[in-house]
Amino acid sequence: MLADRQLTLGQMGAGQTGTIIQILGGRGLNRRLDAMGIRPGKKVTKISSMLFNGPVTLRTDHTQIAVGFGMAQKILVEIEKPT
Amino acid sequence: MKILLMGNPNVGKSVIFSRLTGTRTIASNYPGTTVGFTKGSLRLGQEQAEIIDVPGTYTLEPTSKAEEVAAEMLKEGDLIINVVDATNLERNLNLTLQLLERPVPVIVALNMWDDTRHKGIKIDVDHLQELLGAPVVPTVGVTGQGIRELIGRLHEATVPQVAHLTNDERWAKIGDIVSQVQALSHRHHTWREVLEDASSHPVAGAAIAVVVLIVAFFVIRFIGEGTINYITDPLFNRLWTPVLMKLSVVLGSGGFWHDILVGKLIDGQIDYYQSLGLLSTALYIEFGVVIPYIVAFYFILGILEDIGYLPRLAVLMDTLLHRLGLHGYAIIPTILGFGCNVPAIMATRILESRRERFIAATLVSVAVPCAALQAMIVGLVGKYGMQYVAIVYGSLFISWIVIGLLLNRIMKGFSPEMIMEIPPYRWPPWRVIGEKLWLRMFSFIKEALPIVTGAVLVVNILYMLNIFNYIANVTAPIITGLLGLPKDTVVALAVGFLRKDVAMGLLAPLGLTAKQLVISATLLAMSFPCVATFAVLARELGIIDMLKATGIMIVTAMVFGILLNLIL
Repeated sequence: MLADRQLTLGQMGAGQTGTIIQILGGRGLNRRLDAMGIRPGKKVTKISSMLFNGPVTLRTDHTQIAVGFGMAQKILVEIEKPT
Repeated sequence: MKILLMGNPNVGKSVIFSRLTGTRTIASNYPGTTVGFTKGSLRLGQEQAEIIDVPGTYTLEPTSKAEEVAAEMLKEGDLIINVVDATNLERNLNLTLQLLERPVPVIVALNMWDDTRHKGIKIDVDHLQELLGAPVVPTVGVTGQGIRELIGRLHEATVPQVAHLTNDERWAKIGDIVSQVQALSHRHHTWREVLEDASSHPVAGAAIAVVVLIVAFFVIRFIGEGTINYITDPLFNRLWTPVLMKLSVVLGSGGFWHDILVGKLIDGQIDYYQSLGLLSTALYIEFGVVIPYIVAFYFILGILEDIGYLPRLAVLMDTLLHRLGLHGYAIIPTILGFGCNVPAIMATRILESRRERFIAATLVSVAVPCAALQAMIVGLVGKYGMQYVAIVYGSLFISWIVIGLLLNRIMKGFSPEMIMEIPPYRWPPWRVIGEKLWLRMFSFIKEALPIVTGAVLVVNILYMLNIFNYIANVTAPIITGLLGLPKDTVVALAVGFLRKDVAMGLLAPLGLTAKQLVISATLLAMSFPCVATFAVLARELGIIDMLKATGIMIVTAMVFGILLNLIL
């Protein structure tokens, strides 16, 4: 059942929290996200996503960051078990 | 000595800069306020040091134009003040460590120190200093706390001895540092965070956006109209008119100098809209009508900027803006454009690609009327009823959408995706807002006044030489035939090249109908930019793209002018 718990940031529901396991993009995307502190191993909480595949807002540490939907689909997250 | 202020976007570099140098700069609560760089100086004992406010950057491996500027400037610095957001230690330290790998002394300003407390963050400054091997000073830019200590400890910064790390090694080291110096305590959600989350929610956020924009519009109008009705109009009518009438008598109630300075008397009286003198119409348009709106607009913009609302608006608008070949962040230059198109076009530098910058700059110059023009539109067209003002704004909005859609189709390439930090909401720092308002108003007066005076002067001379009659007759087929305007309107449209507010003012004496005023106002707003916008377009886009943009403007203006003439 492990695979079920892996979602992209785009697929996650608002309020869900998880740990980034991989960024499925090229070097450029990885570098840009990395510079803003979004990288494998980081814990992220999805705050919201805009309608019509609009940008996704996430929180990591004390920062909120909005990323386009396409990017959000490339950020693979392992969801924490609901407690 | 050259001192560079460097740090991530939106950590308060510009506020610290103005604290250090006493220079007023524009600082806001969103990333990317500083797109060029600002210089100032600071007295250090006997020495005069030059301080440079470098655009914010997340990394020294640039990913945007603003970051390229930052990386390039690093080579020239003798000392770096690395401004760090204390509430975001981990991400900020990435740049700090990269800076420490360079052979240049670094001192760290741990800014927004006051925010750490209510966010439940505790940082051991001494230990951080030890681990970094560079002096660390907690600061609060907005109140000035810690600035004196920062200056006093500049000399402690030495060239660090740090080996070059790979990206992974660097993050590992940061993780290690943060775990040693930072302690987090849990605390409850504050109302501020509730509001933050609500404005990021797709439905609640949209509702908030609509309310914010409507309230902003009415407050601006309330302040603008109020100032005109209760302050500037009484001042002009009761104090200035008698002075001008005396001057008029002294100058003999007519003649060359009289007409240039005081203007033509209408029924023996000065009419501020029609007299067209340097001391009557030119002065009145700028100080009587335009400045009240400039103040109102920039005051509200300042508040929206500093509480941190604009990035949230950018997220909400992202999907729509993607259809226009842009992404959410383009909303910031667009909103700046409602004040003045010049800083708006400069702000398009925050966009990643040349394509986006062209689309954003073109859309701003076609469809976003500056505050000076808007003041005149509301003043003149509004006399016939707000529904006519709405037609002008509606036409502009439609042109914005249509041109954006077309350019997105026609131009090669695609609009890149947005990635943007959303700053926390902050209580408006009134001092910063006040300084910013003063600075923007002052630079408006400084730039506008000579051109306004020049424009009125040129118009007077051309009238005297009868040149306008000639132009009016030549262009009559277009102006009258296609657009349904009296042939004299061409004078105002031509003056629009110098200043749009003066151009609107020139329409006043023509006795236009509501429909004709709507068409002329729309034409003025859309057609070629004023001379200042022209210059900044050429500088930012290059001559060829500037000409392309101008072509788009003229075509759009004609199409909308003709359509409005047919429909209304």
